[in-house]
Amino acid sequence: MSDTKEYTLYNDKVMDHFMNPRNMGDIQDADGVGEVGAAACGDIMKISLKIQDGKIQDARFKTFGCGSAIASSSMATELIKGRTIEDALKFSNQEVVDALGGLPPVKIHCSVLAEEALKAALEDYVKKHPEAVEHAETAATK
Amino acid sequence: MPVLPKDIIYLDNNATTPVAPEVVDVMIPFLRDFWGNPSSAYSFGSQVHAYVEKARDQVAALIGADPKEIFFTSCGTESDNSAINSALEVTGKKKIVTTAVEHSALINQCEKLQKKGIEVVFMPVRPDGTLDFKEVEKAVDEDTAICSVMWANNETGVIYPVEEIAEFCKLKGVLFHTDAVQAVGKIPINLKKNKIDMLSIVGHKLHAPKGVGALYIRRRTRYSPTIIGGQQERGKRGGTENVASIVGFGKACELAGQRMDEENTRVKAMRDRLEKAILEKIPDVFVNGDRKHRLPNTVNFAFDFIEAEAILLMLDKTGICASSGSACTTGSLDPSHVLKAMGLTPARARGAVRISLSTYNTDRDIDKLIEALPPIIKRLRAMSPLSREHRDNDSYDVAAARAKFEEEQVKEAKKELTSA
Repeated sequence: MSDTKEYTLYNDKVMDHFMNPRNMGDIQDADGVGEVGAAACGDIMKISLKIQDGKIQDARFKTFGCGSAIASSSMATELIKGRTIEDALKFSNQEVVDALGGLPPVKIHCSVLAEEALKAALEDYVKKHPEAVEHAETAATK
Repeated sequence: MPVLPKDIIYLDNNATTPVAPEVVDVMIPFLRDFWGNPSSAYSFGSQVHAYVEKARDQVAALIGADPKEIFFTSCGTESDNSAINSALEVTGKKKIVTTAVEHSALINQCEKLQKKGIEVVFMPVRPDGTLDFKEVEKAVDEDTAICSVMWANNETGVIYPVEEIAEFCKLKGVLFHTDAVQAVGKIPINLKKNKIDMLSIVGHKLHAPKGVGALYIRRRTRYSPTIIGGQQERGKRGGTENVASIVGFGKACELAGQRMDEENTRVKAMRDRLEKAILEKIPDVFVNGDRKHRLPNTVNFAFDFIEAEAILLMLDKTGICASSGSACTTGSLDPSHVLKAMGLTPARARGAVRISLSTYNTDRDIDKLIEALPPIIKRLRAMSPLSREHRDNDSYDVAAARAKFEEEQVKEAKKELTSA
């Protein structure tokens, strides 16, 4: 049977991020927290951020969901660490998909949820720190 | 390379079962040497016919039927679909009564028929998965072409009072069919003692190979075939007989009859021990479905705060095969229609894991699972934002998320079309 293509649900990279998730947990005194999704439509993701000087210093996740949901949140938190708020606001789910080396078509929504969770956490931060965004905007227009 | 069975602990026998070595042995001559067509005039072909008939006797014996009432098919789905189609055709009536927890073979067929103008009543079930007989009395009337209720549920193992329902249908003059693919071989069935008109069986749930099943049709029941061809199966199912598989199916039924006691003693004891251990060792676990009226080999656990696919992937890493009640991997956002019909919250339904045993399982398999599960559940719960205090994310706009998901699916489908 060696002439058949090996079929697994997820590739090695996805399985690695599922079995050995990066940045799992909550941040005590987080600067921004976002939780998206509901059990009725699949997965729930929570991302908390530590932000200093307009940059994401630390990101953590907690996820209720399937293997690709856990892998997507693990990868998303890896990708956004060190980014500025402006950069992070431009984050797209495609980055997660690419970094994971692809997801099964029915699981693409997991990466979308990771993007939503990150943006919800950033929104939460902005709500609490409106001055940070004004600062970033003026910096950008200069 | 596929993983060899010796490396795995197979606990998903309601999905399919290992083929019994005795079954393989009786099949091989019909693949290698006696490959003739049983309908042929020359003896090289026609000699095979006797073995098909022997298998028919073996299948009939397991369920207390007359061999003349057994018609071989290709699978349980074909048996189910054919029974429903026939009833609509021979009665000319336009109403079907069934349950909300049937196998998708029946649910999806009925939903398609609904679009063609057939009235379908999907009777609801109680939170423990059982059916209130009043629902049958309410739904089945003289306009009903057929009532179809599964003997036992594939996900929860809950057993339905099909003999009583058949009795009621007979009084009303309504045909009764039961999908018994999960029940046959696990619990005693004697069709001489009840009024069931049609019954579906399949080989691969009782250690025969995939690709062979049967439809029992009680003598003098009017029947109109779905697969139309030659005069095989006395005109009720066209197509050259799948001889080797039919012979194997017969042997498997014989073995199932011999092992029925073991199924209801040793297998049941393993299931009960597993259930007890998991409920003791892991907090926030529930058993889905009525524990009294249940197949001896099945248990369906709901692990709160985590999702089943993640559990199954981690179990897979330890070589354990189990299954989920969630349709997550099939591209649907909805969890199992069975658990939904039982009224489980979406969060709880998503954490449902089904363990189904067979006589090939050992105490060692159960020990392994009891050892493997608690750390997996603990690990996944540590990753989950859900807890007793926070059972779901209630502030999320589910309707908008669903609309967005549908949009994505359409986009994906279009992409596939253009690339094809």
